Amino acid sequence: MNQHLTDERDADERDPAPVLVLEHATKRFGEVRALEDGSITLYPGEAHALLGENGAGKSTLVKILAGVHGADSGQLLIDGEPVAFNGPTASRAAGISVIYQEPTLFPDLTVAENIFMGRQPLRAGRRIDRASMNRRANELFARLGVQLDPDRIARGLSVADQQIAEIAKALSFNARVLVMDEPTAALTTVEVERLFEVIRALRTQGAAVLFISHRLEEAFASCQRVTVMRDGRFTRSALIEDVTVDDIIRSMVGRDLDAMFPKTATVPGEVVLDVAHLCREGVFDDISFEVRRGEIVALAGLVGAGRSEVARAIFGIDKRTSGRVRIRGLELPNGRPLAAMKAGVALVPEDRRQQGLVMDLSIDQNVALASLGRLRRFGLIRRSKERELAMTWAARLQLKFARMRNAVSTLSGGNQQKVVLGKWLARSPSLLIIDEPTRGIDVGTKAEVHRLLDGLVAEGLAVLMISSELPEVLGMADRVLVLREGRITAEFTRAEADENSIMRAATGQNPAAAA
Amino acid sequence: MSTAVITPTPTARPRRLESLLRARELGIALAIIVVFGLTTLNNHAFAHASSIQQLLTGAALIALLGVGETMVIVTRNVDLSVGSVVGLSAYIVGDLFKHHHQMPVVAGFAVAIGLGAAIGAINGLVTTVARVPSLVVTLAMLYIVRGIDGVIVNGTTIDPGSIPQAFITFGYRSLLGIPWLAIIVAVVVAAAGYAMRSFRWGRDLYAIGSNPDAAALAGIPSGRRVFTAFLVSGALAGLAGALFLAIHAQVDVTGGIGYELSVIAAVVVGGVAIFGGSGTVLGAALGALLLNTINQALVATKISSFWNEAIAGALLLAAIAFDRWLSLRVARNLRSAEGAHRDL
Repeated sequence: MNQHLTDERDADERDPAPVLVLEHATKRFGEVRALEDGSITLYPGEAHALLGENGAGKSTLVKILAGVHGADSGQLLIDGEPVAFNGPTASRAAGISVIYQEPTLFPDLTVAENIFMGRQPLRAGRRIDRASMNRRANELFARLGVQLDPDRIARGLSVADQQIAEIAKALSFNARVLVMDEPTAALTTVEVERLFEVIRALRTQGAAVLFISHRLEEAFASCQRVTVMRDGRFTRSALIEDVTVDDIIRSMVGRDLDAMFPKTATVPGEVVLDVAHLCREGVFDDISFEVRRGEIVALAGLVGAGRSEVARAIFGIDKRTSGRVRIRGLELPNGRPLAAMKAGVALVPEDRRQQGLVMDLSIDQNVALASLGRLRRFGLIRRSKERELAMTWAARLQLKFARMRNAVSTLSGGNQQKVVLGKWLARSPSLLIIDEPTRGIDVGTKAEVHRLLDGLVAEGLAVLMISSELPEVLGMADRVLVLREGRITAEFTRAEADENSIMRAATGQNPAAAA
Repeated sequence: MSTAVITPTPTARPRRLESLLRARELGIALAIIVVFGLTTLNNHAFAHASSIQQLLTGAALIALLGVGETMVIVTRNVDLSVGSVVGLSAYIVGDLFKHHHQMPVVAGFAVAIGLGAAIGAINGLVTTVARVPSLVVTLAMLYIVRGIDGVIVNGTTIDPGSIPQAFITFGYRSLLGIPWLAIIVAVVVAAAGYAMRSFRWGRDLYAIGSNPDAAALAGIPSGRRVFTAFLVSGALAGLAGALFLAIHAQVDVTGGIGYELSVIAAVVVGGVAIFGGSGTVLGAALGALLLNTINQALVATKISSFWNEAIAGALLLAAIAFDRWLSLRVARNLRSAEGAHRDL
């Protein structure tokens, strides 16, 4: 029935009848082909991982299953019967329940109402039975092993709690097919573990689970089958025991990942950034280090250790209590970002959507944003110069875009990050501070961003990188500084640094317990 | 790639905020009592029964319009046409009575409600089917209806003599000392408030305003619900027009001018979020009562009534500042909680 699957269908005889089959679904949005061949087969009692880079078409496939988008062509079978969904309600009625990547809560309504919206338990006169609604919400939370007040409003819930409410909502449908689009991104390890227990429980009750995640190890730990997509197309499907992580990565990106962390050997030049005894009361204390031309220094540590705060203080967004910051021997005034920019410091923030980009402005306007002073004539910004500048950087950064005039929000996460990079590089900085350079970026673009950074450093840029991804720190940095509770607890050279020693310094714990 | 090392303890949940939000109606009620008390100290006549009746009657129309406006605003829309609907409905009902003196009072109300509902239906259709922002649709409707009103009125006035006595007495009759008007409005407020809290379609209205995308995903028929909200708002504006005629016993082309802004002021002061999702009709009605109490208090204490609008404006700013402060606080809590949840 599905020609793609035949080559890996040797285990076919032990499979029960699939509960859901999507065959060759396509979906276009205007000129953009979001999905060219969406195919997946879900079996009851099985957790199925759907893997692929950002933009591979996973979310579009999910939305077709959810009834949010109708496929342009292709076929969807439930229990072998072809079905067509005219909306989310129809999909839900067919027993499909979806947890979306972005929480879809009503901030002004209570948690219980969020779970049962449109299906609130009723009492006489078709009135909503709040007591019973809250009780049922509590039952769901008990199944998840979490505590959440069903009667509080959703506004102000932490991201993890929002996700829990979403999961409770999905559970409340008693769905036969549960689709989870990156459910673990915001959860702590304990919560993820609990979620996996719930998935196991659902499987034993015969439900099919479709699990979409960027974390390959999660897919391997909790799923029985895996389907890989690339560029909007089905690539392969296999039982998890028949494949390795390397196999999967190769199918995802269509190339080898040896080039994930390119590193050109450079000889560090003169000191660009010199930080001495930097202190911000109650946040970090006695921070001293240097960054030289042609080297990447990574700040590692747990979230909350003060890494981003150090960067903000260097750039002047936050005031320092004491200590000094020098750029090429020149002391920076306290709390003056403009002075830092003039001195040649660029800061690519962690949250590019909120702090790095003006999402509704066009691509070229965003690139030019930090260089407007150079583009002016008689106080007016010259559009042509703006575009020229943007085109130069788009070419250098291999930006993938439809039109320069499009809003930057139309770009994928990785390309958005390139725009932020381009915006700052256009100022020809001598020091680049980059906070989480590849967070939320797919594997392929990640490698591109790494290659870019490597190239810039080879040309003599000094980079201070903050990263929570240890492979990135180990792969990119010439030196690693580890922060713990606002203090530098260790410094490693590239040769000395390894996962264990960084973890030990970051946590101050026994490394065995840390793993 | 990421391995969690430390599992943070869950942060304390900000329950107090929620109770603050819920106490909004209580706060307005308190403000009414304070204004009333202070004014009575200054001028003892303010506490007389007739004066209190005047307070209720004066707030009744705005409170009634506030019910429909709340339903609309809660869905992240707005109805600016209510003032001109009041004027048109009042004049048409008056004109009908003038030419058909034997027409029953009930028929007058029915015509008023039907007329308002028809205009509300057009507002709702254009907003939901053509997907034009309701601000524009109802602003256009405000002018259209006002224009039609001007043509029909053509400089004339409906005077008390042409309206049946039974209809006029409706404006000032009272039951056990409570004006009929206030009773009607109280019943409408109670019914609408209960419905919006206890029926699925009522919760749908809040859901649509709170997160339109999520409402679509939850399978809520947003178009139908928003249409209904405009229909109710229009019908109530029509009813308010008939009551306007009953109170004033006369109407000309200026009837109901500026009501739309008074209504929105009352609704926002009453704690209905201007961007939808939260607020109650009870709050809106209390907001109308508070604004009218302040208005009458200024008269009673012989302070220039020009202060009235300035005070209404200041209250509006205070209400919005309070909401803003609340949401900023929530955002701050959210950020710290989020930080605690992330892994290395």
